[in-house]
Amino acid sequence: MAFLTYCQCYTAVHQHNTEPLNGWRKGIAATTNQEPNIRLAMFLKDYIVDIFRATKSLLTGMKRTGYYFVHPKEIITEQYPDNRDTLVMADRFRGEVIMPHDENREHACTGCTACELACPNATIKIVTKFDITPEGKKKKALDTFVYHLELCTMCGLCVEACPTDAIKMGQKFEHSVYDRSMLTKKLNLPGSKIREGIE
Amino acid sequence: MFSLQGITNSIQTWLVRNFTGTWVLVIECAIVMLLAITLFAVLGLVLVWMERKVAAHMQIRLGPNRVGPMGIFQTSADTLKLILKEGLTPDGADKLLFNLAPFVVMIVAMLLLAPIAFARGFQVWDINIGVLYITAISSLSVIGILMAGWASNNKYSLLGAMRSGAQIVSYELSAGLSILTIVVLTGSLQIGDIINAQQNGWWLFKGHIPVVIAFVIFMIAATAETNRAPFDLAEAESELTAGFHTEYSGMKFALFFLAEYINIFIVCAIGATLFLGGWMPLHIGSWEGFNHVMDYIPSSVWFFVKTFLLIFLMMWFRWTFPRLRVDQLLSLEWKYLLPISLFNLLLATVVAIFEWHF
Ligand code: SF4
Ligand code: SF4
Repeated sequence: MAFLTYCQCYTAVHQHNTEPLNGWRKGIAATTNQEPNIRLAMFLKDYIVDIFRATKSLLTGMKRTGYYFVHPKEIITEQYPDNRDTLVMADRFRGEVIMPHDENREHACTGCTACELACPNATIKIVTKFDITPEGKKKKALDTFVYHLELCTMCGLCVEACPTDAIKMGQKFEHSVYDRSMLTKKLNLPGSKIREGIE
Repeated sequence: MFSLQGITNSIQTWLVRNFTGTWVLVIECAIVMLLAITLFAVLGLVLVWMERKVAAHMQIRLGPNRVGPMGIFQTSADTLKLILKEGLTPDGADKLLFNLAPFVVMIVAMLLLAPIAFARGFQVWDINIGVLYITAISSLSVIGILMAGWASNNKYSLLGAMRSGAQIVSYELSAGLSILTIVVLTGSLQIGDIINAQQNGWWLFKGHIPVVIAFVIFMIAATAETNRAPFDLAEAESELTAGFHTEYSGMKFALFFLAEYINIFIVCAIGATLFLGGWMPLHIGSWEGFNHVMDYIPSSVWFFVKTFLLIFLMMWFRWTFPRLRVDQLLSLEWKYLLPISLFNLLLATVVAIFEWHF
């Protein structure tokens, strides 16, 4: 919201910055074939209107910043790490890719590799296996979901590509570790399996 | 009641009693120098901190808040860092000019301190051409900037310096003309006289429309002359890295940085002196009681409050407006400010001749 307002102020000011110039040219060009005193009057009118509009738009901008200055409640700074315990991340914050499991250690991933294909950075590696269904047929299933956090740019394309909503973006952001190998993660829990009824 | 004049007078009498004439002068000079340097150091620290806080709050941030309560020691820590850093001189630079430039800028700022009245009777040098002196000296600072830009042997620095030259030369005119408005009304170039003329009300209130217009123009021109946003083309981080001080580091950079803030203080002090009555307390016509209460506030407090109000105004400009282009900058001056201030000077003269001001 604040940003938007600033943009508006900016545009307003920006227009002011270019307009006086055009005003001069317009004032002269549009009136060249009129009586000299009319031309002068038009020019003066444009000139004063320019100044008036410029002042107005500048004051609009100053009103906005002045408002923020006297309203410290608007401040959006998070005093991390002081407020680590109470920190609430924004809903759409993208911290890492996670695969939610339900209470029976079941996930929704079919091992279709759509996310692997969607990822621009080769962050995901899906290892598949073949389950035998009760009817005795072979069926492709997820063996290991390998996720390289160090390659991920948190773009969220994999989440959008997943047909079964098996993965989503988590909100954890404190990812530093001492060993790079710890950044390679297996997202499906050991012993987990696909939830019933997901194709 | 606290008064700086009393302190200076007692020092003066003590010195006269204990030393001969020449020594009194020498010692007083030393005291003045010491005070000026202290003032500069303190102002640098305070203004940089204030700028960062104001900027932060206008952008809905907190600003420095780690070093000391509300981050007040942040600037001291930064200064310490800059002192410890190496002051590099680039190989291709003109060594002499390169090393001289920050000091030129600094000395110009110091010279400007001379005619400023900080409180009743607390002024280094009340020359009878004070206003002329100020306008003359303040246009010298561009020499330091040009030196820095040229000597750096760097195209960014040179471009920044040339822009700064064009800018200061143009805006000097409308700044001078708006100052002249006050000179016309007062009939004197002496800072002391100008302040005394505002005994019964500041020029901003007494002088009607011409002074208000002059004040607005002065503030715009002052912002431009100190190379601050929206007129910071000489530095223009996004275009020229840091403009004329791109190649400077360590303490030499700090001097430029300091000079910028000192210059802000000085132009605002001049603005406060000319338009807001300097150290003169706020007096309203015939409200005896009110005027009496106002007199109890020390004159130095009045001066600093007014100056800092103007400084705040300039910071407000800086953190609201986007930077102008070079052609916009020049057309603003030559097509708008200059004609308006010329016309305004005429208006002020009429007001002064017919004594329409209070
Ligand atoms: S968020 Fe982007 S980079 Fe990260 S795994 Fe998904 S698609 Fe790849
Ligand atoms: S996470 Fe989704 S897209 Fe990726 S393999 Fe599993 S089901 Fe397919």
